Amino acid sequence: MADLALSAAPVTPVHSVLRRFLTLVLIHGVLIAGAIFMLAPFVWMLATSIKPPAEIFSAEISLWPKQFYGLQNYGFAMEKAPLLRFALNGVILCGGILIVQLLVAIPCAYALAKLDFPGRNALFVLVLLGLCIPVQVPAMPLYIALAQLGLLNTYFSMMMPFFLSVFAIFLFRQFFRSFPDDIINAARLDGMSEFEIVWRIVTPSAWPAIAAFSVFSAVAHWNDLYWPLIVISDAKLAPPPLGMMFFADAETGSNYGALTAAATILTAPLVLAFLVARRRFIDGITMTGVK
Amino acid sequence: MAKVALSSIAKSFGPTKVLGGVDLDIADGEFLTLVGPSGCGKSTLIRIIAGLEHQNAGSVAIGGSSVDHLRPHERRVAMVFQSYALYPHMSVGANIALPLTMSRLKLWQRLPLLRQLSAQRRSVMRGIEADVEAVAAQLQLDHLLARKPAQLSGGQRQRVALGRAMVRNPDVFLMDEPLSNLDAKLRVHMRTELAELHKRLGATFIYVTHDQVEAMTMSDRVAMMDSGAVLQLGTPSQLYEKPASLKVAQFIGSPTINLLPAATAAGGRLELFGRPLALAVPLAQGEAVALGIRSEALSLVQGEPGGNGRAWFSARLRRKENLGSEYILHFDLAGRDAAGVTMRATPAAAAGVNEAAEVTLGFDETAAHIFAADGERIEPRGQGAATGSVVPLRA
Repeated sequence: MADLALSAAPVTPVHSVLRRFLTLVLIHGVLIAGAIFMLAPFVWMLATSIKPPAEIFSAEISLWPKQFYGLQNYGFAMEKAPLLRFALNGVILCGGILIVQLLVAIPCAYALAKLDFPGRNALFVLVLLGLCIPVQVPAMPLYIALAQLGLLNTYFSMMMPFFLSVFAIFLFRQFFRSFPDDIINAARLDGMSEFEIVWRIVTPSAWPAIAAFSVFSAVAHWNDLYWPLIVISDAKLAPPPLGMMFFADAETGSNYGALTAAATILTAPLVLAFLVARRRFIDGITMTGVK
Repeated sequence: MAKVALSSIAKSFGPTKVLGGVDLDIADGEFLTLVGPSGCGKSTLIRIIAGLEHQNAGSVAIGGSSVDHLRPHERRVAMVFQSYALYPHMSVGANIALPLTMSRLKLWQRLPLLRQLSAQRRSVMRGIEADVEAVAAQLQLDHLLARKPAQLSGGQRQRVALGRAMVRNPDVFLMDEPLSNLDAKLRVHMRTELAELHKRLGATFIYVTHDQVEAMTMSDRVAMMDSGAVLQLGTPSQLYEKPASLKVAQFIGSPTINLLPAATAAGGRLELFGRPLALAVPLAQGEAVALGIRSEALSLVQGEPGGNGRAWFSARLRRKENLGSEYILHFDLAGRDAAGVTMRATPAAAAGVNEAAEVTLGFDETAAHIFAADGERIEPRGQGAATGSVVPLRA
């Protein structure tokens, strides 16, 4: 009884306000530290891209240059490297991969989530196992096959290994499972075929998931260096990271101002795309059901 | 318009038997309700009629010909779902129009871009729009056609779902608990609207519900189901007045029927709480039976009880429920091994009974339903009749 009385002693308002304030400070402190850790390289890249070479190698740390050298760095980068070409290659590569991934994964996910057929669960287990295979494992046979078919140094060779995204099938399957069966049955009664149900009824409700996956897919393939490095040797076809590598190899190797300027230009589209789709991206990741 | 015939429909999900050979003939233009507790197989049955599930055995015929090989939309049936199942990204108008665009436009005329090439598409779409507007006007949805389902109230969504079913002009309407998601007041209102709609359209309605009030108020006939079988098929008053088994008697009617334990004495005579009744049943001595008495068949006995074919027993008032026009009185049977009983009473009669007061309740013996230990209904032998026979009213 005595314990109970003690623990039930009234907490003064000052006490509780102070506690809430401290909790907020702690939470935000952790979040701010994390944000700084994540953003520091970006900020450093931006800062370096507007510094003259002398300041880049100076021992003192400053975010803003004494002498603004941005125009020269960006001008040099644009002049010496076909940055727009790299960006265009990136867009073609990411767009091509994403479209085929969606065309393949959405019907697969619908079948795994909503159709009843023998072996469905076994098939889904296989899909999950597919998640465990890193891209490096099939690299060798894929390269040999593409070489034999004479397809090296093409857009197709860069995209082909990623057409079938196991992750997309998994993500959409989880999303479709919460789609009401009644609506699908109503569509069947209204005369829709399963394909029409997928594209006209289920897919429009999956926009948040599609947006979330699109960001994942685009970021991964825009930044991918490994596979293009293997199959592309022609600089005209190089996506951004490979292009950067070609650019760094040439006479600009030590011009860090110009290099970071180029990197800034090539990262910008992704950052802008994310900011535009941020709302849907977060919806898609946090959403578990459609109502 | 079409009649629907089900013959020995059986269905199992894995080891679970859901339907065990259901036979049902539904006349053209009839309003038939499948009623029963949840899990009795009524929803599965209606989904089999719609073609959304496939039966393991048996056959479904609509309009005299078998539809077992037909896909759902080829069966000329329309279904209204409990959750309404509206397409969330389409406007009300597009929702109602969808069945028509599916049936009147060819596949290529529905494809984006390609459809612009079709010359007839325009005129077909105009026809569809006219039909949608006609249905919308009937359901007072005209001003809502541009809205999305999320912007509608429950009752409005319900009407859109009805409109989507009506616009196809189907032979058979299948309704799977369409009113369950509405609030009580709207449900009563929609009950009337549905009954009127049925009268106006003249189509066959098959209606699934677990609510016996909906079953009683709207239907021409009711099929009471339990454990995958039809227990009784008949008009609402047949089910109420002559329930074929204890389960039907308990499910139909509100408040639930009162059950009093009785036993047979010599010659099949029934005894209630040790007092002999005029009723006799063709059972051996010592058999336990249950007497079912509707709450409106009970009355308060003033003065000397018994006589004149009236049975009686004493009870103690536990609680009064005021329904405005009448009272429901809940009694305990003091000291007896039986559940309490409920009785309907006029406000005047209820005012005469005090809490915890012991009273005598009486009922006309002919109003009692007699059920054997296995739940089957037993018809009593007429007074003085030497022989009688068990008439199980199995549907």
